[in-house]
Amino acid sequence: MVHHAPLNRRRALLLGASAAAVTALAKPASAAARSTLLNVSYDPTREFYAEYDAAFARMRKTQTGDDVSVNVSNGGSGAQARAVISGLQADVVTLGLAYDIDAIAKAGLLSPDWAKRLPDNSTPFTSTIVFLVRAGNPKHIKDWPDLIRGDVQIVTANPKTSGGARWSFLAAYGAALAASGGNSAKAQDYVKAFYKNVPVLDAGARGATLSFTKRGIGDVLVSWENEAHLAIAQGGKNYEIVSPGSSILAEPPVAVVDQIVDSRKTRKLAEAYLQNLYTPASQEIGARHFYRPRDPDVAKRFAGQFSPLTLFTIETFGGWQAAQKRFFSDGGVFDQVYGG
Amino acid sequence: MSTATTTAPAPTADLPAAKHQPGILPGFRLSLGISLFALSLLVLLPTAAMVGDAASLGLGGLWRVASSPRVIGAFRVSLICALLAALTCAVFGLLIAWVLVRTRFPGRRIADAMVDLPFALPTSVAGIALSTLYAPNGWLGGLLAPLGIHVAFTVVGIYVALTFVGLPFVVRSVQPVLQDLEAEQDEAAMMLGADRLQTFSRVIFPAILPSLCAGFAMAFARGLGEYGSVIFISSNRPLVSEIVPLLIVTKLEQFDFAGAAAIGTLMLLLSFCVLLAITLLQRLGQLPRRG
Repeated sequence: MVHHAPLNRRRALLLGASAAAVTALAKPASAAARSTLLNVSYDPTREFYAEYDAAFARMRKTQTGDDVSVNVSNGGSGAQARAVISGLQADVVTLGLAYDIDAIAKAGLLSPDWAKRLPDNSTPFTSTIVFLVRAGNPKHIKDWPDLIRGDVQIVTANPKTSGGARWSFLAAYGAALAASGGNSAKAQDYVKAFYKNVPVLDAGARGATLSFTKRGIGDVLVSWENEAHLAIAQGGKNYEIVSPGSSILAEPPVAVVDQIVDSRKTRKLAEAYLQNLYTPASQEIGARHFYRPRDPDVAKRFAGQFSPLTLFTIETFGGWQAAQKRFFSDGGVFDQVYGG
Repeated sequence: MSTATTTAPAPTADLPAAKHQPGILPGFRLSLGISLFALSLLVLLPTAAMVGDAASLGLGGLWRVASSPRVIGAFRVSLICALLAALTCAVFGLLIAWVLVRTRFPGRRIADAMVDLPFALPTSVAGIALSTLYAPNGWLGGLLAPLGIHVAFTVVGIYVALTFVGLPFVVRSVQPVLQDLEAEQDEAAMMLGADRLQTFSRVIFPAILPSLCAGFAMAFARGLGEYGSVIFISSNRPLVSEIVPLLIVTKLEQFDFAGAAAIGTLMLLLSFCVLLAITLLQRLGQLPRRG
């Protein structure tokens, strides 16, 4: 036995080496290419892209024979944009709001007209802002005006640090604006009363969900629709979703990062990766993860899980650049609400 | 420091020899060069880059950032919480170090190892753990809430988090000094007629004061800059419970790099002033004893 051990090991080594040689020789012949993509995304997409990437790789393998592996980086939308600007080699970005991709465009990494390159403002899925309340809805929260009652505590994230919370702020503001017939002073009073009822302003959307579900803070969570569905999927019968009368059409966009795909020679693959998001099969994966599909047929099939809402878009506020400046920059409406 | 009198004659005897000796450790020049290079790469250069970014605003811009109500409010919250937390750390850290050095009890080694836990734990994990514990539906928070004491999601929560992350600094800086203080010294003091309080206040405390100050300063500086543990336990509301590091993140979210660097530079200045003040205080405390 003692004598055999080294021999066995040597044989194993030899075998291993020859196997490696065989695969190295065979590779160029069998596989056309082995390529990787990096998708830099925001926080709540983790589960969706895990499923989509596997489906995309399978599809590429059957269609072109290429081995594709997609790496995903998740984080706060703004922080992810900053990472790309500072040199993170993202072939594609799939972020929470257009403003963050605009920032990457401003840094010169992709063309400023990126939003026009793919259908529907380069947004394959949409979402919206809804309320998550405790089971049985003990505070009888039905619509936006209920949130500013004295006996209601709201949990939401800080719009200054969270992209999702910016959608929430605009949903609240926009609903009040519509209710008052376009009176922006009244809308501002509304958001002031709204944030007076917020006892905890979490830095990110996931943190706000945790404060509401795990820490038992507040009566209502104002959050992404898919985040609310996820909380219900995990928390069982402890919560229910309340859809307000009107809310914002949240459009988390996607884009190919020109400078990086050109230097890495991955443009074709990156473009295919994003275009494929619009196919019925992919739209269905998104819908299963509670993103509202753009494809009308898929939307019809999943209509049961998305309550019908009156949705207004970011264009109500003149697009993201204008909205950011007016509401969230220093001294903007959000700062005025807090008197800072 | 207290041993200075016993070694006083030594320097004169060593001095001529020291001139010819190449040094105890070989490769002094090389190691100094490498250290300085690493230090500039890791500390000086990034710091300079930050100050450079901030300088792009000009003095007027810096003043505009510094004088905004939210920045002032955040500095107030950060400073007061970090100061109170560091004071608490100084008191309890000293106590813990004392117990660990001077007493023997079962599980002492485990307790000793546990002191480092806040160093080892990622601070965001600490923040989540603390907020789970102190939330109104948490173990401790549930007991405190009926008494009207709210810790999580208030300023008190920030204080608790900063005490947690600052404690090991005090324990670990006092402990070795306490260990080196030989028991003979307090025995001698007692033999000379000092009571326990006198022994502590005249013999032990002066000897450990510099290290206690150093631990306090480190806990304070750490508290000022702490982010991960605080954002989970604080309610992060502007002008109420918003800390300075959160404001920096806020500026970065707006892609306002210069504004973020400006606040960072202010914090750097503040920490530097604190460290400088404590060093000077230590000097002042030592002067009379030297003469």
